Amino acid sequence: MKRTLENIENQFEMFQIMNEEGEIVNEDAMPDLSDEDLKEIMKRMVYTRILDQRSIALNRQGRLGFYAPTAGQEASQLGSQYALEKADFILPGYRDVPQLIWHGLPLYQAFLFSRGHFKGNQMPEGVNAVSPQIIIGAQITQAAGVGLGFKKRGQDAVAITYTGDGGASQGDFYEGINFAGAFGAQAIFVVQNNRFAISVPVEKQSAAQTIAQKAVAAGIEGIQVDGMDVLAVYAATQEARKRAVDGEGPTLIETLTYRYGPHTMAGDDPTRYRTDDEDSEWEKKDPIVRFRKYLEGKDLWSEEEENELIEKTKEEIKAAVKEADNTPKQKVTDLISNMHEQLPPNLEEQMEEYKEKESK
Amino acid sequence: MAQMTMIQAITNAMQTELKNDENVLIYGEDVGQNGGVFRATEGLQDEFGEDRVFDTPLAESGIGGMSIGLALTGFRPVPEIQFFGFVYETMDAINGQMARYRYRTGNTRSMPITIRSPFGGGVHTPELHADSLEGLIAQQPGVRVVIPSTPYDAKGLLISSIRDNDPVVFLEHMKLYRSFRGEVPEEEYTIELDKADIKREGTDVTLVAYGAMVHSCLKAAEELEENGVSAEVIDLRTVSPVDYETILESVKKTNRAVVVQEAQKQAGIAASVAAEIQEKAILHLEAPVLRVHAPDTVYAFTQAEEVWLPNYNSVVEKVNQVMNF
Repeated sequence: MKRTLENIENQFEMFQIMNEEGEIVNEDAMPDLSDEDLKEIMKRMVYTRILDQRSIALNRQGRLGFYAPTAGQEASQLGSQYALEKADFILPGYRDVPQLIWHGLPLYQAFLFSRGHFKGNQMPEGVNAVSPQIIIGAQITQAAGVGLGFKKRGQDAVAITYTGDGGASQGDFYEGINFAGAFGAQAIFVVQNNRFAISVPVEKQSAAQTIAQKAVAAGIEGIQVDGMDVLAVYAATQEARKRAVDGEGPTLIETLTYRYGPHTMAGDDPTRYRTDDEDSEWEKKDPIVRFRKYLEGKDLWSEEEENELIEKTKEEIKAAVKEADNTPKQKVTDLISNMHEQLPPNLEEQMEEYKEKESK
Repeated sequence: MAQMTMIQAITNAMQTELKNDENVLIYGEDVGQNGGVFRATEGLQDEFGEDRVFDTPLAESGIGGMSIGLALTGFRPVPEIQFFGFVYETMDAINGQMARYRYRTGNTRSMPITIRSPFGGGVHTPELHADSLEGLIAQQPGVRVVIPSTPYDAKGLLISSIRDNDPVVFLEHMKLYRSFRGEVPEEEYTIELDKADIKREGTDVTLVAYGAMVHSCLKAAEELEENGVSAEVIDLRTVSPVDYETILESVKKTNRAVVVQEAQKQAGIAASVAAEIQEKAILHLEAPVLRVHAPDTVYAFTQAEEVWLPNYNSVVEKVNQVMNF
């Protein structure tokens, strides 16, 4: 076969199980999920959509700080997380707070992360994750290390990490997937391609027609998935997980998705770089609308159920904000004591100075 | 006791820790079967296996990031950066990531990583091999910088660095690797980090140095002695944080100080040492604190090293200025 670009691109056709109407179009690939599982996935997606709406409102009221909207990416974020086990380790990017919450980070701590409080970054014992990574790409090389660590320990666990379409241009992205390939690390690399890195469209990141094909450069498996189809994202992640723990190496998963909101709440205005047509085209693909149709067709979901869930979620969010409000303020002495196990002499000295100040 | 070069003492320290702690992993470019470009890891892969001592792809940032991931799964990584001039490729992994991990996770996760890397001039290396870049790391909270100057210190400090549960950048001066032998105990021992060492006692002037400049200071001190000037030589050993207590005690005795580094004037750590002395001991000073350093140019082309690098003559000159102030 001639090695042409077209040949390569043809190997990365989008994997889909459920179409925009909620119909199963790829029965063979259908993952083995019980009715309870299906309902739980829907519950998590609705909860996360409400969380996004409330987070934006709370941010506007000044009750949250840094916030990167997630609406539109529920299938990509939660479908992949649902395929994980408790032992698996998540290295999220800054938009990947929902995965942490469903892996065990209490909601009020997620709010403290947003506000900028160290207690937001203290994962509870047994929650295998670190707080969201701000340096785009850094999580990728670290995930290769965690995945190698699991392999060396012979553990039935994987490292999973997330970045965006822009992140796939970083050197650390390439180094991370390449190291993971060379070492056979038990790792899954998810690129959530929402088509924009702030204002820069994916076409300006690379001439490559898919991000999934970047896996070829590392000699690892790559797959492009309909990121608005939660069943496809779940199936692809589950398969990648199985391959990793079976010693068959890491996988790069590209999820084709969209963020309905701005890049972050720090003044980004998507109307400057996106058209209404584009927005409404992607709204037709909404992962929640689509999955709702599928579940209603199976008689597993009702409007009452959803409304009840929404009310409950709003209550939980309110309680979590309150708990965050009640968290003691940070002191310089807290920050100093978190620096080292053994404080170096300069910090010992400064600790005394600030103890003195704080006692006044 | 055995007579060892510094490189042998370093190998011996790694062998000791590989034996002591099964979580210790050693890796980098050519550190496996090849035994390292300076033979620092010679024989370690044969003794401990490829699972413990292994080569990596050629990518410093990947090595740094992978170290963080291995630490997150409970390992004690001892990666190597082949030459410290290549640290720019992995600055984020060191200063942006591992140095901050304990803090950013609210003291719930730690990074017991020791990055070994050779640096230093006088051995005619090509571009970006010999640059003294310790100042860049010394400015980052959360990471220690250790620079030994003798075989004995190298072994004890490296064992301590590996056992430390926070990140350490351990810089090995290439000129000191094999330039002399010293007494090194074959059994394990540690040297406390953050502690300077008085390599020579004196009463007239305090010389604060680290790395190859310790030896320049010792040589200068001999010459100065002949002229009736008694120099006390302090080897910092850990350059971040600096052991100011030892320095200040010495300055209060000698009332004069010169800080000596191989790095350029605008680099290194001499400026902060001088600042601390004037903050804490100005009333004890008979003269300003002067600095010995390289010129503020890019590191010298190989053939210009001799005229560019500071040496014991530069030290003697500055001490004379301080004495005759």
